Amino acid sequence: MTNSNFSRRRVLKTGAIASAGLALPTYLRADGHTGFTNAPGDSEVTLGFNVPQTGPYADEGADELRAYELAVEHLNGGGDGGMLSTFSSKVLDGTGILGREVKYVTGDTQTKSDAARASARSMIEKDGAIMITGGSSSGVAVAVQALCQEAGIIFMAGLTHSNDTTGKDRRANGFRHFFNSYMSGAALAPVLAANYGTDRKAYHLTADYNWGYTTEEAVKSSTEALGWETVNAVKTPLTQTDFSSYIAPVLNSGADVLVLNHYGGNMVNSLTNAVQFGLREAQANGQNFEIIVPLYSRLMAKGAGANVKGIFGSTNWHWSLQDEGSKAFVQSFGTKYGFPPSQAAHTTYVQTLLYADAVTRANSFNPCAVVEALEDYEFDGLGNGKTLYRGADHQCFKDVLVVKGKENPENEFDLLEIVEVTPVEQVTYAPDHPQFAGGDLGTCNPGA
Amino acid sequence: MHLITRSLPVAIWEPVTQAHKVIRATAKRGGPSQILSTSCHMRAPALAGDVSGYFTRSEVTMDQIILQILNGLDKGSAYALIALGLTLIFGTLGVVNFAHGALFMMGAFVAVTVSKVLTLSHKVVDESRTDFLGNPLQVDVPYLYDWFGQSAGDAIIDWAVPISIIVAIPIMVAIGFIMERGLIKHFYKRPHADQILVTFGLAIVMQEIIKYFYGANPIPTPAPSAFTGSFDFGVAFGFDPNAIIYPYWRLVYFFFSIFVIGAVFAFLQFTTFGMVVRAGMADRETVGLLGINIDKRFTVMFGIAAAVAGLAGVMYVPINPPNYHMGMDFLVLSFVVVVVGGMGSLPGAVAAGFLLGILESFASMSAVINLLPGINQIIIYLVAIIILLTRPRGLMGRKGVMEE
Repeated sequence: MTNSNFSRRRVLKTGAIASAGLALPTYLRADGHTGFTNAPGDSEVTLGFNVPQTGPYADEGADELRAYELAVEHLNGGGDGGMLSTFSSKVLDGTGILGREVKYVTGDTQTKSDAARASARSMIEKDGAIMITGGSSSGVAVAVQALCQEAGIIFMAGLTHSNDTTGKDRRANGFRHFFNSYMSGAALAPVLAANYGTDRKAYHLTADYNWGYTTEEAVKSSTEALGWETVNAVKTPLTQTDFSSYIAPVLNSGADVLVLNHYGGNMVNSLTNAVQFGLREAQANGQNFEIIVPLYSRLMAKGAGANVKGIFGSTNWHWSLQDEGSKAFVQSFGTKYGFPPSQAAHTTYVQTLLYADAVTRANSFNPCAVVEALEDYEFDGLGNGKTLYRGADHQCFKDVLVVKGKENPENEFDLLEIVEVTPVEQVTYAPDHPQFAGGDLGTCNPGA
Repeated sequence: MHLITRSLPVAIWEPVTQAHKVIRATAKRGGPSQILSTSCHMRAPALAGDVSGYFTRSEVTMDQIILQILNGLDKGSAYALIALGLTLIFGTLGVVNFAHGALFMMGAFVAVTVSKVLTLSHKVVDESRTDFLGNPLQVDVPYLYDWFGQSAGDAIIDWAVPISIIVAIPIMVAIGFIMERGLIKHFYKRPHADQILVTFGLAIVMQEIIKYFYGANPIPTPAPSAFTGSFDFGVAFGFDPNAIIYPYWRLVYFFFSIFVIGAVFAFLQFTTFGMVVRAGMADRETVGLLGINIDKRFTVMFGIAAAVAGLAGVMYVPINPPNYHMGMDFLVLSFVVVVVGGMGSLPGAVAAGFLLGILESFASMSAVINLLPGINQIIIYLVAIIILLTRPRGLMGRKGVMEE
């Protein structure tokens, strides 16, 4: 005996009702914003800010978060509007993004790839974030970028300097405004040659991870092209805190320049140790011994204190720039928080504006439409002069700043001075340049 | 009392002579340095050929070896100081204290705080200059300038780190006292796993408190300007100038650590208090039966151990700018030091601290890295494994400790 007396008619009828029911929500949402992950409603759109809130880069993350909050405020029409008034694109009018009020959620990357992926996933799945942005490390950026590609979410990278982010690990859904190792090397080399001559022997100490390698390679090849010789390159463990045993042999190694391919705490300690060992006052090969830090950040300069004096490095942006965009941003950020913004704050603020602008120009939150709007997009007025978001690798091309530790800082933020603004032509490279080879953008993924 | 004196363990001195033997033995056999140097000499030319003259000076010379020994002694002095405190606590209270790295960090932040207090300032508006927003610049003027005049004020601020030593001792003893009475005493009878968990948790709490007040970024706190720069050893020993230079402050650190270690040993060896403590370390129950309140004395020892770690932290501040995480960076290492030295052996901890410091320094020479890639990352643990395999109780561990 059986109860399953489904007739053909009944099956059809049930099926029709069921599919109508399933289709209903989609039908109600169908206003041109469907067919992709986390399509926003009519009144609000949520952005996900994924920054280190704990761990060694917590202070940098805090500054990024301040910039994000400022960007959201400006997008929603609050405050003085910051760089909205200097941005070459004028489609953002302070009414949110496409008329939707901008809300945000935050995640804590802890500067660990797995934690960063987990917090990004939670913001996407639980909070419905339409875009993820932030981060303070290349390892995290590459990991989160890959996650966003799979999830069908746009990733606007924060502070990430490794070539690989837009090199071998580039993704169609990921975009980087920050500069990279290659650009640092290309910008620094001519300034170094002009200041220290072309007859130099360099000794590299390199943090033993992805960013360290690409930076060492970039600085090495740029300086060797100008006649420098590389005497030695030593990898130092990422967890190293006392660099004395790596620095002690440098002075007697035949080198007359020390390049510290270190970031964050590594850089603070290695530079402090190098200065302690008297390298700045030393003579080698008949010349003054010099130290170079390819990538500077203000927090690092602050941590190293007086040791940064007179030491060259490069940076993406600096608050002392005098263009209209930078001035507007510094004014707006400084008024709200009481101190000037860092380069991490700048790049994250700009990335948020660029995303909002791309959505508005595309008139859609669909990631593929956003990708199309950002690719090969040229803009100005965001603090770095004329900038191109190159379509081939989703990397921004703009002027790079060569900076030097200031000899007589006037306050705790006045640590670096701009030595030269290297024009964009000098730091541009082909998308398939050997240092970036092996990457494939793939196609944009709009998700579900 | 007389009875105790006679039955007192001679543990403190006995292993020291043993250490001498070990060191003399290694010296006779050529010592680690010579082994390294000969093997590198043999390997170096082949290497230079391999990488087409890339490493122009990968030969290991005498001055490099001396330099790395200096380095090792300096690194080792921090390890030894931390491990000494760790062993003191373990030897007296039988507690494995994972918060010891945090005590080192707290000491460093006492120095940071002292230098902040000394530079406490009030704002004076300077109309002639403007800040980054175009408003009149507010200049910070330390109160010390108002009280002592600018030059005396500057001198005091300059000597902030040595001044911190005086401040750090009572503060660290107090922190140690509160830690022991407030939390750790409740865990004496519990298994070591519980002790490790609770002290590790405490370490994290202390870190987060420091991070809340001081942020995550390292805070530069320089040495007095009299100690900046380096001493040229090479010239003194007939080498070329610049061949062997070593920063003054690191030398100060080394001698400071020798002084502290000496003071702790002398305290234990030559005072009645130290004698009772040593008796208690050997047989707590018997000492208690003799009517001595050994717990009280052990609490004091905890305070002293905390002060030793704290002083190590204070003096470390000019070497590397401290951040909230520096304790954890040293914690694992100092445990390896204690285990290699032998659980509960004070001289073992000191000897192993210097030994591992020197080995770590040698392992980071580029000639050695070229020979054995990655050796600089693992040397400490490699040595720990070898020592534990050949001498399961560590270099100077005694039977019965941690082996109930």
